Amino acid sequence: MTQFMDRTVIGLTLGFALVALLGVFVLPDWLMSQVLIAFSRALAVLGLVVLWRTGLISFGHALYFGLGAYTVAMLGKDLGVTEVLITLPAAGLVAAVVGFALGFIIRKYREIFFAMLNLAFSMVLFGILVKTEALGSTDGFSVEQPTLFGIGTEDSTVKLTVLFLAVCTVGWLSAVLVHRYLGSVLGSLTTAVRDNEIRVEYLGYSVAQAIHGKYVMSAALTGLAGGFTALALGQVDPESMVNWTVSGELVFVTVLSGPGSVAAPFIGSLLFELLRTYAFELVPYAWQLIVGGTLLAVIFFLPGGLWSLISKLGGRDRAAQPGGNRGEGER
Amino acid sequence: MTAILEASGLNKTFGAVTAAKDINIAVARDEIVGIIGANGAGKTTFVNMVTGWLTPTSGAIRFDGRDITGLAPRRITRLGICRSFQVAQVFMTATVFDNLMIALGIADSHGLAVLKPLRLAEREARADAILRRYRIHEYRDQVASTLPQGIRKLLDIAMAMVAEPKILLLDEPTSGISVEEKFGLMDIVMSALKEDGVTVLFVEHDMEIVERYVGRVLAFYQGEIICDAPPAQALIDPKVIEFVIGDEPQGQAMRERAGLAPAGEGSDA
Repeated sequence: MTQFMDRTVIGLTLGFALVALLGVFVLPDWLMSQVLIAFSRALAVLGLVVLWRTGLISFGHALYFGLGAYTVAMLGKDLGVTEVLITLPAAGLVAAVVGFALGFIIRKYREIFFAMLNLAFSMVLFGILVKTEALGSTDGFSVEQPTLFGIGTEDSTVKLTVLFLAVCTVGWLSAVLVHRYLGSVLGSLTTAVRDNEIRVEYLGYSVAQAIHGKYVMSAALTGLAGGFTALALGQVDPESMVNWTVSGELVFVTVLSGPGSVAAPFIGSLLFELLRTYAFELVPYAWQLIVGGTLLAVIFFLPGGLWSLISKLGGRDRAAQPGGNRGEGER
Repeated sequence: MTAILEASGLNKTFGAVTAAKDINIAVARDEIVGIIGANGAGKTTFVNMVTGWLTPTSGAIRFDGRDITGLAPRRITRLGICRSFQVAQVFMTATVFDNLMIALGIADSHGLAVLKPLRLAEREARADAILRRYRIHEYRDQVASTLPQGIRKLLDIAMAMVAEPKILLLDEPTSGISVEEKFGLMDIVMSALKEDGVTVLFVEHDMEIVERYVGRVLAFYQGEIICDAPPAQALIDPKVIEFVIGDEPQGQAMRERAGLAPAGEGSDA
């Protein structure tokens, strides 16, 4: 196997190809829609996993989710730009730029202060959006019909299929890139920073810089996630894009997935989406009970998240190694 | 003497407390210097100022002719001054081998090279060679948090050395090590350092270690250097005996040699 095509990359390639084929040829629209929403969210979770491996949890990444979503929506509404090859990268870019700017402040904080400072920034954006009538205030506004290579369609199945294939492609690419990143020298500074910041500094690398880079990466991925979600739902509003519950949901799925693999966010996010759907169908007014109970079970019995179960079943319960991909729960 | 490290008029205060007072020293290339002093004498403050953890209140530190006063630790590390710690600073959840791989990865990488893969065959071979050199290869795949104290200390020093520094500062390398292990550990460390031709400054409380391994002693008391001499002279200096060695059993031997106490007094202590 070459340096690039290792086992994880092959697994990701086969896995995403399989999901894409199933989506196009087998899955009904409602399920394809669920996968689209789940994989969109998984992009944000992928970024949070990188932060988690660094020992950092953010309770405010709805900030970047919302920025991505509103960027896509505003480009269509205000500038008439609906081309997804422009709007989606723009979503990631805007989130990355804001993440870069805020990163200078945020990188100085750790633990609960890191988590809550992110929340504070996200609530500022929430407040601004709620008070901005030009952006629909609490009601938000509709997202223009997206186009690809300048071609748009009113056919909802075609639109769904295109978005589904796009999220599979971007999901695969993001997972591969993050996997390569975690295998790099800089990527090894995730667990290293978590373990011992003093030693990292005295080996000659800036901890602040290392954290800043990972923060920007997570912001960009979360912005992309918000962009995809806006396109999938066709609507943006503060409550469903920027509220603290969105941040909480992202952390929920991160814990559920586990940091053991770049594939985990996609599996965890899909299971979360299906769990929520069926729980809602079963007990419409108490679905949170089932979802919350599931998270409790994961925390108690699978502290490394669902991925640790997959690792054990597959006999891949590897030791933690920088340049490899081992989970927090496997410490 | 060509000084590789110079400190001039170095002062450090924390509010009303003076931790370093007018320190003036010059360390020659390849020297092995022992820094001694009672707790709170200013030894670690001095090491922390040289390695950038603390910024001096006044004074200057020059390394290889370059002013490094107030530079960040990572900048000073990159210039060629590395350190180990009183409490070993390693990556506790990583294996011994991975600790070294990370250290080598950072030392090797500049700019965008940090995005290259960590696990390169050549780097792995070097990590293994370093483990053998510091005689900790048998612990290669053991997680650092499970290591005995002495092995963790060796790993800490080995990690500090991967950047091939010109100066290494060791902060109490034998603290927490049993009496039986301390000479073994120091023999391994000093022979490895000698091969590299590195200038060494080490903080040490154990006068037997000081006497055996250093060529020059800096004795600190209340933030000042009260003695700067070869160990044969420094360890019988009345001020060093009074303010540094004190009533320790080792001090009795020193006092006897200095003619400050009759032989045999307190020998059962």
